[in-house]
Amino acid sequence: MRAVVSLLVSGLSRIGLWGRGVVVAVPYLWLMLFFLVPFLIVFGISFSESIIAQPPYSSLVEWLTDEDAGTSKLQILLNISNYFRLGGDDLYILAYLNSLKIAAVTTLFCLLIGYPMAYAIAKADPARRGPLMMLVILPFWTSFLIRIYAWIGILKGNGVISNLLEWAGITSGPVEILYSDWAVYIGMTYCYLPFMVLPLYSTLEKMDPSLLEAAADLGSRPFKSFLQITLPLSLPGIVAGSLLVFIPAVGEFVTPELLGGPDTLMIGRVLWNEFFANRDWPVASAVAIALLLVLVVPIMIFQHVQGKQAEAGR
Amino acid sequence: MAGQPIRKPTRLEPWQDAGQTPYVRIEKVTKTFGDFVAVDEVSLSIYRNEFFALLGGSGSGKTTLLRMLAGFEQPTEGKIFIDGVDMAGIPPYERPVNMMFQSYALFPHMTVEQNVAFGLKQDGVAKAEIRDRVAEMLGMVQLSAFGKRRPHQLSGGQRQRVALARSLVKRPKLLLLDEPLGALDKKLRERTQFELVNIQEKLGVTFIVVTHDQEEAMTMSSRIAVMNHGVIAQVGTPTEIYEYPHTRFVAEFIGSINMFDGRVVSTDGDQVVVASEEAGCELLIAHATPAPAGSPVSVAIRPEKIALSKDPVAEGDGRNRTTGIVREIAYLGDVSIYLVQLPTGKTVRVTAPNVTRRTEMPITWEDEVTLTWRPFAGVVLTQ
Repeated sequence: MRAVVSLLVSGLSRIGLWGRGVVVAVPYLWLMLFFLVPFLIVFGISFSESIIAQPPYSSLVEWLTDEDAGTSKLQILLNISNYFRLGGDDLYILAYLNSLKIAAVTTLFCLLIGYPMAYAIAKADPARRGPLMMLVILPFWTSFLIRIYAWIGILKGNGVISNLLEWAGITSGPVEILYSDWAVYIGMTYCYLPFMVLPLYSTLEKMDPSLLEAAADLGSRPFKSFLQITLPLSLPGIVAGSLLVFIPAVGEFVTPELLGGPDTLMIGRVLWNEFFANRDWPVASAVAIALLLVLVVPIMIFQHVQGKQAEAGR
Repeated sequence: MAGQPIRKPTRLEPWQDAGQTPYVRIEKVTKTFGDFVAVDEVSLSIYRNEFFALLGGSGSGKTTLLRMLAGFEQPTEGKIFIDGVDMAGIPPYERPVNMMFQSYALFPHMTVEQNVAFGLKQDGVAKAEIRDRVAEMLGMVQLSAFGKRRPHQLSGGQRQRVALARSLVKRPKLLLLDEPLGALDKKLRERTQFELVNIQEKLGVTFIVVTHDQEEAMTMSSRIAVMNHGVIAQVGTPTEIYEYPHTRFVAEFIGSINMFDGRVVSTDGDQVVVASEEAGCELLIAHATPAPAGSPVSVAIRPEKIALSKDPVAEGDGRNRTTGIVREIAYLGDVSIYLVQLPTGKTVRVTAPNVTRRTEMPITWEDEVTLTWRPFAGVVLTQ
């Protein structure tokens, strides 16, 4: 028995699959099963044809048997027209560009609001930082959908904001913010703000306060110190936060669906329509794959920056 | 104990000269954090070109005092004058002072050159001049070849020199150094001590150094202020502090010392006779501050000022002589430390140079020895 175990261990260790290897292998296996395999399935569907059947797409690989000739052949049909359709129809291109625009504006707003927040929390008394961070994370304890519905109540005509503006005498009638791009910006900025604040806070909090003292000592005024020391040193946090907001924001579906107007075109919505309204799974899959390709670029930039950071890490 | 003083004996002593105005004047400065008094009514005068050490343990208030000079903390009470100007309300970036931080605080996202150039850039110095002055500074700290490196690519000693170059490039009249050698290993520390003193003499900058290392303070400084619990216990040259400590705290903080409690028997001019049961003999101290007969005092005697002998010495009047048994010997190479137990139970520490080789040493464990010292070896401490 012991001999068998030791043989197994030595065999596994020879191929680097023991101890540390197993620890890494388990999550990799999980990712393979539930991310890579579904991805490959979607990738496969994107090359098939839409048919009225169950499931509603043709199979890529077919085994054709010709009874008369007595031959059989393996037929692989790759339908790339789905991808051509994406390029040919303005709808998809506009939806992609609009998604990128909405994600970019959301990221910018999150950065503009999140940076001062993270800065203030990082500079707060250490005893107060915990509760303040808690408040940032607190909204996660409520259902995401309920929070979006709450925004409908705030943004609609005769809603909280509208009434407030009217009461203050800024506007004379009800203001309808809901069902516009601005409602989407507000809702998405609200949703993704914690994802910006968390990485920013963690880089700002780690910063050695004596660096700012050294800058002041060498003649730098506080605002110049911020530009020359704090901002460049928080760049990794800015990049991480921006990508954490930007990447999911591009594919966002629920917020634009609930808060956006009929002309708020986003790729997530197009995807939904193709899948459920048109039941055109192949095109929907092609949209998803194209979206992935669009997002792989920022992810790779992120990885690159992280790698450089690790290299320069002290 | 401490290494050779690096200071040349011909140095000026501006604090002895009544006509000199101090460059830095600290007047009754108090700093409190909540209920905690970090610095308690400290007054100090520091003169141009001094290498002044603030020496004390942790929590003695030395770093707080330095940070108030730099402008990072404001005194709760009292005033600080630098070059005659009241520093109240003047922010760090407008003070004619630079500081070298204990952690060095090098900017990690900048190269060595950019770090050193930072201070000049803030003042809007012309680019060509910045380049020349940075090169000159890096040459002085022997880092010319490392200008393009980032701080994390340097060793601890190199970082320390970058920090020094950065704090000196603006040619401040006053440089504050917070534990400048704290992060270096022993050999490098000794070498850097010499370098610091050379640079300070060459540039004619006033240095104020915070340190907890008494040896460092002794070797480098022109004067030392020993701090304890936010109060200055004594200010003086290294020799004064070592040879004539004013208080028990100073005597015990600097080097090792033997303390004998006793009572004054008689005072004759500056000669004091103290009877000490602990010592087992009467002690005669020359050049002592006179104290009334009967008052309780401590007599402090440095270990190296006591002579050991195996032969009972009969001469003299029996003062400054006692006997004991050698309990411990620590051989340190150049010297040996002997712990001698007196019949009273008191243990006396004696250091003696190893003039002969160890194998021939005449004194060994459990030997009965006679301890003798001369009248000016001891110091009378009343507090």
